[in-house]
Amino acid sequence: MNPDSMPPAGSRAAAAAAPGYRPDSQSTFRTCPVTTRRIHDKAEALVKANAVTAIVFLLVGAIAALLLVLTRWQAVHLLSATWYYRLLGVHAMSMLIFFIIFFEMAVLHFASTALLNARNAAPKLSWAGFGLMLGGALMVEWKMWAGKADVLFTSYVPLRADPLFYLGVILFAVGALVVTFIFFANLAVAKKERTYEGSLPLVVYGAATAAIIAVITLLHGAAIYIPTFLWSLGLMEVDPQVYRLIWWGLGHSSQQINVAAMVAIWYMLGALTIGAVVLNEKISRSAFVLYILFISMASAHHLLVDPGMGPAWKIVNTSYFMYMAVLASMIHGFTVPAGMELGMRLRGYTNGMFEWLRKAPWGDPGFSSLVLSVVVFGFVGGITGVTIGTEQINIIVHNTLRSPGHFHATVVSGTAMAFMGATYYLIPLVFQKRVALWPLARIQPYIFAGGMFIFTISMTAAGYFGVPRRHWDITFAGAPYSVPFNPIVDFLLALVALGGVIAATGAFIFVAISVKSVFFGTALGEITKGTAMVGVPRGITHPPTHATDVDARNAALHDPARGLMGPAPGTIVLVMIFLAVFALYFFSNWKILSFLWKIG
Amino acid sequence: MHTETHTGLDSPKGNWWKPAHRAEKVWVGIAFAWCMVLFAMMPLWHWKGGQNPSGIRRKVEPAAFMARTQEFIREYRVGDDRGMPIVEPPPGSDIYLMGMAFQWTPILKLQKGASYTLHLSALDVNHGFSLFPVNVNFQVVPGYDYGLRITPNSSGDYRIICNEFCGIGHHLMVGRVIVVDPPVTAMTTPGGGE
Repeated sequence: MNPDSMPPAGSRAAAAAAPGYRPDSQSTFRTCPVTTRRIHDKAEALVKANAVTAIVFLLVGAIAALLLVLTRWQAVHLLSATWYYRLLGVHAMSMLIFFIIFFEMAVLHFASTALLNARNAAPKLSWAGFGLMLGGALMVEWKMWAGKADVLFTSYVPLRADPLFYLGVILFAVGALVVTFIFFANLAVAKKERTYEGSLPLVVYGAATAAIIAVITLLHGAAIYIPTFLWSLGLMEVDPQVYRLIWWGLGHSSQQINVAAMVAIWYMLGALTIGAVVLNEKISRSAFVLYILFISMASAHHLLVDPGMGPAWKIVNTSYFMYMAVLASMIHGFTVPAGMELGMRLRGYTNGMFEWLRKAPWGDPGFSSLVLSVVVFGFVGGITGVTIGTEQINIIVHNTLRSPGHFHATVVSGTAMAFMGATYYLIPLVFQKRVALWPLARIQPYIFAGGMFIFTISMTAAGYFGVPRRHWDITFAGAPYSVPFNPIVDFLLALVALGGVIAATGAFIFVAISVKSVFFGTALGEITKGTAMVGVPRGITHPPTHATDVDARNAALHDPARGLMGPAPGTIVLVMIFLAVFALYFFSNWKILSFLWKIG
Repeated sequence: MHTETHTGLDSPKGNWWKPAHRAEKVWVGIAFAWCMVLFAMMPLWHWKGGQNPSGIRRKVEPAAFMARTQEFIREYRVGDDRGMPIVEPPPGSDIYLMGMAFQWTPILKLQKGASYTLHLSALDVNHGFSLFPVNVNFQVVPGYDYGLRITPNSSGDYRIICNEFCGIGHHLMVGRVIVVDPPVTAMTTPGGGE
């Protein structure tokens, strides 16, 4: 291929051959035909193994999800109580821990090697970390399926599971910690061997943010699971409130790993699909730093109606130290779409407010995943999360369905959707295969996000009626007193099931596509730029390259005469709509709260 | 201007600490101001609002809490419902509710408009206090006494759902709170109102 026609990333090939670049003797490299980056075979094998493992756990979690929604739909009420609670634990562990963290390990391996033309610093240790994680995960799954750990995801002490359950979590966490340190080692080696020029790319910077938060999180994990393991053996005491405090230092901080990794992938998919530019490195990087600085307070908003802490502690720590991590997400919520808008405008889509959106490649599953992830994460997950994480509003939310309604919008519609979008690019770029079942792949993001949207909105709505989460039977058959929920709740739970079934279908399609592409797929073959190919996302066949007069175009878009709306006016309209919806939702919840009994 | 035309996959060359476009700076300012509004609402509601999860919080041994609750039941018992005592404490008093797998003890009979200090604790594992259909939710943690000042503003027959998973019978755990209209002669409620 003609190097001149490459995207700006092409300039890195020269850096890879720069003086001082000394790969170890046994490593072999290939040059990616699309991005011209140098890919280390051993690093690539690790990306593959972690991504495939992640998707296997996604399948386990999705099967459990299907059975769970068909149980909470009271008209169907599929599972027995025992299996409902058991699979609830399986679902959460498989999805929120194993799927997501294995995928994040793939992202860390990918970002610290492929994106920097660099090698894996310690392949054997990387495989050892992978082995520990897999061994721990299988131990946890075994104990849960065997009914020896019916303590749900949170395993609140003094609910007691088999000691091997806690040990499995510890092994998994140690493995993840090993991989995280290898990520930093890879960065150091890349820097030393000068495989790239200048600062880390923003996507790698975001991945580094996720890795730093992972270290903080895993230390919290050690601080709680090791004592709990010893407690399960009868060797020490664990205070239930202290458990909740430190467990959520793990439980919520790990969600911030997801957020940082997801935002990094937003920047990556924006770059790959439509050539999104970075408006300002300082702003975007500072926002990532805010995540790191304020994450350890994330535990607090799970404890807002707990007896162990007072109002001052709760207020200050709510939503990560006075909303400073929320600020970070609001900044990314602007810079990601604005970078996409500017990228499109620089390529000539300058008409009106939204031509850049109308003419975007909506049939590219990488792009549609990106947009759906940003929109649902922001509008549903973000707004509900900040609102319900307010000290007093939490009184009408805690442990109702509003809580899972919120976090499925962040972790599933946001993170998992972004990871799926990334996979559509990893299949051709890393696995060097075409995306199988291409017509399905093009609509999969819409099915998945559409299902999750119905699911999260109806779950949230049901939560307003006080419908509890983690509850097998809200008809309370067999309970001493009747609990007559408003009949609309039945309808809402049926919608939850409908959305859940659609989303699970979307997940199954994704798993089928991934497995077929990776194990039975056709080789990528020669790519002819400008010619659409079945099974190859548009960002690869039509790489978004800048025009030769890009600097002039950029200067024109930044002309002060354009006023405050600047180079990305469409995004400003969108974020203002976002802010208005946010304010409306936030204050309406205060209004609802004010009708309650007086409590103090 | 100061923006770049590189993507997030590219290394910025040289110093990237450059001023942002005014639009971006304005948005950061708006977002920061909004975050401060979000923050300010919480102390404001402690000051002006009627619903706060503050309470009196202290550690308590489960056995001690159970003893205190049983004493409370003996003192104010007015009847029972299938073996579960119904307790009618005087307005303004300290009242006790204990959660254990899988019941809430006792049934509380309260007066509308009167204030009580509701002490919540668990004897075994975590439970969730969820007042139905008012939708008031608190975490009930073994070893901790959560004393919340409550003032029912409507009469009726309420339920307490357990909304924290507490074991295989979790979905059977329902308690009861009865709120009655105050006697006509006692419209002023000692300790009531704030």
